[in-house]
Amino acid sequence: MYDGGKIITGLIIGIGLIAFPIWLNAGKAVKKADPKLPAKEKQCVEPTQYMLTNHMEVLDLWRDSVVRLGDRYFISFDGKKYRVSLQNTCMSAECHPKKKEFCDECHDYMGIEPYCWDCHIEKGEKK
Amino acid sequence: MAFDRRKFLKVSGLSVLGVWAKSAADALAGEKPGFGITEKLLHLFRKPVGFASADALTAKKWAMVIKVRNCPTDCHACIDACDYVHNIPDAEKMPSPRHEIKWIWQDEYKHAFPDQQHEYVEERLKKLPFLLLCNHCDNPPCVRVCPTKATFKREDGIVMMDQHRCIGCRFCMAACPYGSRSFNWVDPRPYIEKQYPEYPIRVRGVVEKCTFCAERLAIGKIPACVEACQNEAKKHGREPALVFGDLEDPESEVRKLLRSHYAIRRKPELGTGPQIYYIV
Repeated sequence: MYDGGKIITGLIIGIGLIAFPIWLNAGKAVKKADPKLPAKEKQCVEPTQYMLTNHMEVLDLWRDSVVRLGDRYFISFDGKKYRVSLQNTCMSAECHPKKKEFCDECHDYMGIEPYCWDCHIEKGEKK
Repeated sequence: MAFDRRKFLKVSGLSVLGVWAKSAADALAGEKPGFGITEKLLHLFRKPVGFASADALTAKKWAMVIKVRNCPTDCHACIDACDYVHNIPDAEKMPSPRHEIKWIWQDEYKHAFPDQQHEYVEERLKKLPFLLLCNHCDNPPCVRVCPTKATFKREDGIVMMDQHRCIGCRFCMAACPYGSRSFNWVDPRPYIEKQYPEYPIRVRGVVEKCTFCAERLAIGKIPACVEACQNEAKKHGREPALVFGDLEDPESEVRKLLRSHYAIRRKPELGTGPQIYYIV
């Protein structure tokens, strides 16, 4: 092999650089997502497990219902009436007032950035 | 031939049936934990999810009558109220006056009614402030040109905006003969004086306009501008300038006003059917 030393050194450096995220985080455990659940309110608009896996579908249905159909109220699976609103119902003081402690916990863990808050206001958000 | 067309069709038919049966069984078995057959069925039949509230204000055709003579030049109550409840950025703080976002605003007669303008127009008219907003047209050109159906006409006549769908192409702005639409050239957040937590903000790159306060009508409130105008009028002991109501209802206040006064509309000759009436 011509210039074997240079090639092998280059390869080692190259692989080292590519693997940078692996060796930088080696041995460190990522903090487990731990969304803070409401203290008083025990039941969401759908069963917890369903909300965990399908909340985005619920929110999508909600937004179409509000904006396109003008239907702004909703009866949950357990028969309660809710106003269909991300800002005023989901993120109300009784339920999930802090985006950082609820939404962001899992979204950060999964590396997802939904664009809800490009427009929607988080309560107590700084200007 | 071992595998003829007849056999092929039989086998494919059976496979399709199999796939369908599998998914149907899965759906009924409630493969999602915490979601039994009853809930699943309930959920399926409940879509679309919502319903309108009994206390919502409804109409066959919403419209507004503006009594221009009752509108003092120095009063901006309606504009301020609208700006606040819809998180509209403060134009003076924005980097350029061309970035201004307008839902309801004031202008002079000659700009509001350029087709009616002449040299010898009544002095009083020249000085009166004209409140301009989306005309919620019967035949809205913005809706016709919108490529994503982000703007659409509701059954009650409101020309609605779905910010989730707007791609910011600005066709609607080119189509609107009233200049009622504004484009977000910059992120509006830094220029909002005080955030109204019940209503969302917009993002850079979408078009917005007056929605006749669809979000307030849904919970039984009249539009913010009309409410502000009524409060202000009461305070100063005068008649409110803004009147909102159902044009299809012969007993509504708007119909009564239109029956007894001569009212003009902006650029009716374009055939858009504007639903804002001005009593001059």
